[in-house]
Amino acid sequence: MEDFVISVKDLCKIYKMGEIEVTALCGVSFEIQRGEILSIMGPSGSGKSTLMNMLGCLDRPTSGEYILDGEPVAKLNDDQLASIRNRKVGFVFQSFNLLHRASALANVELPLRYGGVNHDRTKRAREALEAVGLGDRIHHRPFELSGGEQQRVAIARALVNNPAILMADEPTGNLDSKSGKEIMEIILNLNRERKMTTIIVTHDPNIAAQTGRVLHLRDGALEAVL
Amino acid sequence: MNLGQLILEALESLNSNKLRSGLTILGIVIGVAAVIAMLGVGQGASNSITNQINSMGTNLLFVQRNFGQRGQTNPKPLTFADATALADPSQAPDVAQVSPVINGNANLTAAGATYSSEATGINANYPAMRNYTLSDGSFFTANQITGRSAVCVIGAGVATNLFNTTNGLVGQVIRMNKVPFTIIGVLNSVGGGGFGSADNIFLIPFTTAQVYLNSRNPQQVGQILVQATSANTVTAASDEVTAILRSRHKITTATNDFNVLSQASFVTSATAITGTFTIFLGGVAGISLLVGGIGIMNIMLVSVTERTREIGLRKAIGARKRDILVQFLTESALLSLLGGLIGIALGYIIAGVIGRIATAAGTAITPAVGIDSILIATLFSTAIGVFFGLYPANRAAGLEPVEALRYE
Repeated sequence: MEDFVISVKDLCKIYKMGEIEVTALCGVSFEIQRGEILSIMGPSGSGKSTLMNMLGCLDRPTSGEYILDGEPVAKLNDDQLASIRNRKVGFVFQSFNLLHRASALANVELPLRYGGVNHDRTKRAREALEAVGLGDRIHHRPFELSGGEQQRVAIARALVNNPAILMADEPTGNLDSKSGKEIMEIILNLNRERKMTTIIVTHDPNIAAQTGRVLHLRDGALEAVL
Repeated sequence: MNLGQLILEALESLNSNKLRSGLTILGIVIGVAAVIAMLGVGQGASNSITNQINSMGTNLLFVQRNFGQRGQTNPKPLTFADATALADPSQAPDVAQVSPVINGNANLTAAGATYSSEATGINANYPAMRNYTLSDGSFFTANQITGRSAVCVIGAGVATNLFNTTNGLVGQVIRMNKVPFTIIGVLNSVGGGGFGSADNIFLIPFTTAQVYLNSRNPQQVGQILVQATSANTVTAASDEVTAILRSRHKITTATNDFNVLSQASFVTSATAITGTFTIFLGGVAGISLLVGGIGIMNIMLVSVTERTREIGLRKAIGARKRDILVQFLTESALLSLLGGLIGIALGYIIAGVIGRIATAAGTAITPAVGIDSILIATLFSTAIGVFFGLYPANRAAGLEPVEALRYE
């Protein structure tokens, strides 16, 4: 039997802009196996961000089904979604989105704090930072770190709760090519060694080429799966 | 998240924008300081007046004529005979002592200096009833009182104004309305007060006053001072005095042509007046506290807008609405709490300075900043922070994560 960590059926998202309804996504169905790494590609306006928001439980679909790690999440309320995001989704953003005032360690601890984890919090955060090769810079603040290092802190923060999926939105978009390579290395390693299910949203065909599957979106619909 | 972490994180956040946090706190500091100072000074003034009234003596009743009221028929002045009647223990068992008093304007001159005061003609028991004590010399003897002696006992204020000293004055001569009086005693200073100086005293024997202050109607008295036997009998004594005077003045149904005031009634009316002032001043100061609260709201709104992305990120990694709400409320409550604490200290200092200025100006006020006003100020300022922080915090908590993350 196949073990799907994500199962999406007929997903639609329609935005209401005043009187006008804009269909951002419609009739999208696919499954993702546990431990898979795949990328989502498509021109701007294709609905990739909308799909990512939906998969990351940041937003609810207008219609359709979405089962994440065994839990149907399409109809949950805001606080339930927050809890799902906390436990099952790890986000890595293009612009890192770290808290400037807090040390790397405190940034990585943040999801544990919102998850109500008090036991071993510092130890787990430290381990996550070690896993991305930042064990010696845990007390540095974001502005004392290079772009690549900041993104590694963000990856540690995404990992610390052992999520079901890692959602990376253009993770190398703000980095020079060398740091970008390193970050992709780390993500691919995590997938290989920890069987971390990973979804990368990207424009870059080189990055997409490193993932197992590529979902191509166009005009709010799945155009091809390669 | 536990409270300690919340507070720590809020402090970090406030610390990251010191100038802005400082200015916001300043608004609350000024408000709280104003409230604390005003309440402290008001309470101090009230205490000072009450002390002064209490220092006039113990269990006293002041009987004065009260003409010109509606419903009076054939009003009569108070007389020496009235005073004698009040001292009758069979009719007024709750009255301990009675002293008739004659008052009159006194133009005092001595050693080339001139001073306007009020002369008071008294009997031998008056100094004890008013708690007067001597720094020098003695009070009038029975002979001096019956003999219409031209002698006087003066207050420290009169002594200082005429002689620039209170020492070595016994035997010196003061001219009251051109008549020479020999000083036989000088009173201890009791300090200034709200009704002008309580040391501005010029005492002469009752019989002498009948001649020099009241020669046209020597039997009339300006005031009768009555002392009740104890604090519990003041009301009874007051009733007895009223009954005796009504019968002597042949008042059956008409309004009294006199009034009987007790120290307690002075204290009550003085407290009512100072209380009104305190509430008024405190209210004006409270408005500045309100303005400070609006300042907090303003800054928190700016802060929420600035940190939209941060809020989006926090929500993306699992913060619930409540977490964000509490985070921002903690910040605004801390702002106002810090402001409140600094404000209390500053208000305390301001109250002290006002007290010193008032004392230097001749009105002794010891500001009283009570624990209750400190507690109220702390609670109230924190409540202001929470109240005015609620709207911005709610706004932050209600942000959609997708929108917030996209915010530039």
